[in-house]
Amino acid sequence: MTRPTPETLAHSARRARAGGEPATDAAAAGRGAVVPAAPGVRQPGPVQISGAGSLVRSLEALGVDVIFGIPGGAILPAYDPLYDSTVRHILVRHEQGAGHAATGYAQATGRVGVCMATSGPGATNLVTPIADAYMDSVPMVAITGQVARPLIGTDAFQEADIQGITLPITKHNFLVQTAEEIPRVLAEAFHLASTGRPGPVLVDIPKDVLQAQTTFSWPPTLDLPGYRPTLHPHGKQIREAARLMTSARRPVLYVGGGVLKAGATEGLRQLAELTGIPVVTTLMALGAFPDSHQQHLGMPGMHGTVAAVYGLQKADLIVALGARFDDRVTGRLDSFAPDATIVHADIDPAEIGKNRHADVPIVGDAKHVIEELIAAVTTERAAGRPADLGDWWTQLDDLRDRYPLGYEEPADGTLSPQYVIQRLGKIAGPEAIYVAGVGQHQMWASQFISYEKPGTWLNSGGLGTMGYAVPAAMGAKVGRPDTVVWAVDGDGCFQMTNQELATCALEGIPVKIAVINNGNLGMVRQWQTLFYNERYSNTELGTHKHRIPDFVKLAEALGCVGLRCENAADVDKIIEAAMAINDVPVVIDFVVGKDAMVWPMVAAGTSNDEIMFARGVRPAFDEDDI
Amino acid sequence: MTMHTLSVLVENKPGVLARVSGLFSRRGFNIDSLAVGETENPDVSRITIVVNAESSPLEQVTKQLNKLVNVLKIVELDPQVSVARELLLVKVRADRAARGQVLETVTLFRARVVDVAPDTLTIEATGTPDKLDALLRDLEPYGIKEMVQSGTVAIGRGSRSITAGPALRAA
Repeated sequence: MTRPTPETLAHSARRARAGGEPATDAAAAGRGAVVPAAPGVRQPGPVQISGAGSLVRSLEALGVDVIFGIPGGAILPAYDPLYDSTVRHILVRHEQGAGHAATGYAQATGRVGVCMATSGPGATNLVTPIADAYMDSVPMVAITGQVARPLIGTDAFQEADIQGITLPITKHNFLVQTAEEIPRVLAEAFHLASTGRPGPVLVDIPKDVLQAQTTFSWPPTLDLPGYRPTLHPHGKQIREAARLMTSARRPVLYVGGGVLKAGATEGLRQLAELTGIPVVTTLMALGAFPDSHQQHLGMPGMHGTVAAVYGLQKADLIVALGARFDDRVTGRLDSFAPDATIVHADIDPAEIGKNRHADVPIVGDAKHVIEELIAAVTTERAAGRPADLGDWWTQLDDLRDRYPLGYEEPADGTLSPQYVIQRLGKIAGPEAIYVAGVGQHQMWASQFISYEKPGTWLNSGGLGTMGYAVPAAMGAKVGRPDTVVWAVDGDGCFQMTNQELATCALEGIPVKIAVINNGNLGMVRQWQTLFYNERYSNTELGTHKHRIPDFVKLAEALGCVGLRCENAADVDKIIEAAMAINDVPVVIDFVVGKDAMVWPMVAAGTSNDEIMFARGVRPAFDEDDI
Repeated sequence: MTMHTLSVLVENKPGVLARVSGLFSRRGFNIDSLAVGETENPDVSRITIVVNAESSPLEQVTKQLNKLVNVLKIVELDPQVSVARELLLVKVRADRAARGQVLETVTLFRARVVDVAPDTLTIEATGTPDKLDALLRDLEPYGIKEMVQSGTVAIGRGSRSITAGPALRAA
């Protein structure tokens, strides 16, 4: 084991002092909004200042406590006033890390995550995390330097049209034209990112605009005449939904990430308990409804539980709350839930009816929708006799009993990845934050860890970005420093972004990383096993065969503690050893078998009716069965 | 598939046209015609888009358009109660022998001659896409040397205005 030198730790302590106040869990529940000047911020009167100064003052006034970024030529003027600012800047090792860290911070705290990069390659390196944040509706503001205005369009050094490039992957973006507009644009960017359906907003600022002299005053007036998100649902639609929810015999609440973003989890629980309706939570919504709750059927979709998949498939009423009927949930769309009436509530009207026709469309913020549904359902139940869900529950309970989530111990005696993840969830507990990469380990982490609270499960759902976990865990730990943060990563994912562990070690961000190392690109390998006649083209990574890289040595080289676990008997002991280390990041190399597969599975493009419980095992669901 | 005419009121800012047209291509729609210009309010531009689509995907693209922060309002114009016009400039071969007949066609279609050369006439015509097609059919035998057409612009009939409304006043 190696530990950072005292100088390293002193460095991180110095940085920590410069940081703002840490986020609390209470703050995590709140929605971001344009805040007036944050407490303790310099009083904003009109002052003569550079554009860069105006940028930093605006960020302070917006209550930003941390920025993840890397300086470079075009953004350099901004780094000068940042040097004296109360805003903490965390110097990452790759801009992609800055972007995912901002996302992790935002998902863990509910506040806007901020990242910063220079023009050209700095900005283009942000493209993946911006697209990731767009797909998962994460409130993020990306600030990029641009070449000076007279050089724009001349193929100048480090010029890239990042506004054009990010047009399809941002909620909105800005190319700042004058220094005067910096405070307004920043306030608008934060407002857009954090309200309505959240999403990433990019602010591109030419170097000469940063250098120009301007007057700074706060607060600015927002000028967004075309932006009017609908928060409150239509009463008539709510009453119709409540009527259906009271009369349906096979209803399901299909809960998506919108419920977490709206801070509506307490209301969801009340609504579920009031109606007795079964609940499924999507990959983006894990933690929105306690996994341990009796009414929770689990996650629907490609690797969902049999009960959740069939619950939706056989439902006569689906009440979608902040979910978007993604293809990973519906399977083949034309055979999805053929008998279900659809109530679809979402803050984004474009989601309603996009994939599946909504019989009762409801546009509104999930929190308001759920509150109003509770009131309307209460009235409806008082007025008549609610349908008896006894038969429905009998069927679902039977499915849960017959087809629970589980796994078989590998026949070759290797360490089972599911066992490792299950033990990690038990030992670290429901208070910890779990951040996954993308692939088999992500699915196992969604299945075998019990999520009881909002904001405890972070992953890249929509874009499926390998390499998300390490930087996102870093961002989550910065946002919630008092919470244990575990990244559950794969050996493929980990090799994409592990350089941010150097950032974590130097900046005093003690994340914990469980590398589920099966020596392969496991999910791709699983598909090769199932669909490509076991022809393993380019999925072997050599992390087993050649131990290249050696993750323990790599961890140590990056200033972390490196541990290795190769058999089941050591799993608890090594996880507990990692739990005991709180001053530096820890990496555990769990060397697991390569043949474990993720089950259940609905193969891509097939119907949910064809869910496989295990290889070659299809659940018995005859018509008279349901 | 049917033709739909959308009037999209947008903030008059740089890059807005790219946001709107990019959204159509990204979502798999072909724009049949597009015209853009300022409105009576210099802060507001009006984009008229003619698109060939089924109504349900069109509804989806309209909703996506509405999400663009710079888009203020979208109205689909019903062809029964709106006026749609295009502008055509066409350079037709018209030597001494043919000139009289070409000029007769110009008069019939209430078009105008805007430039004269020894062997060509340049004709300006406005009208519905159907009328301009008919004019072109008639001119074709003489030889069309060059032509250019604008996108469709359209406006609703009657006294109501789509540019009135609180959102636009705020702009």
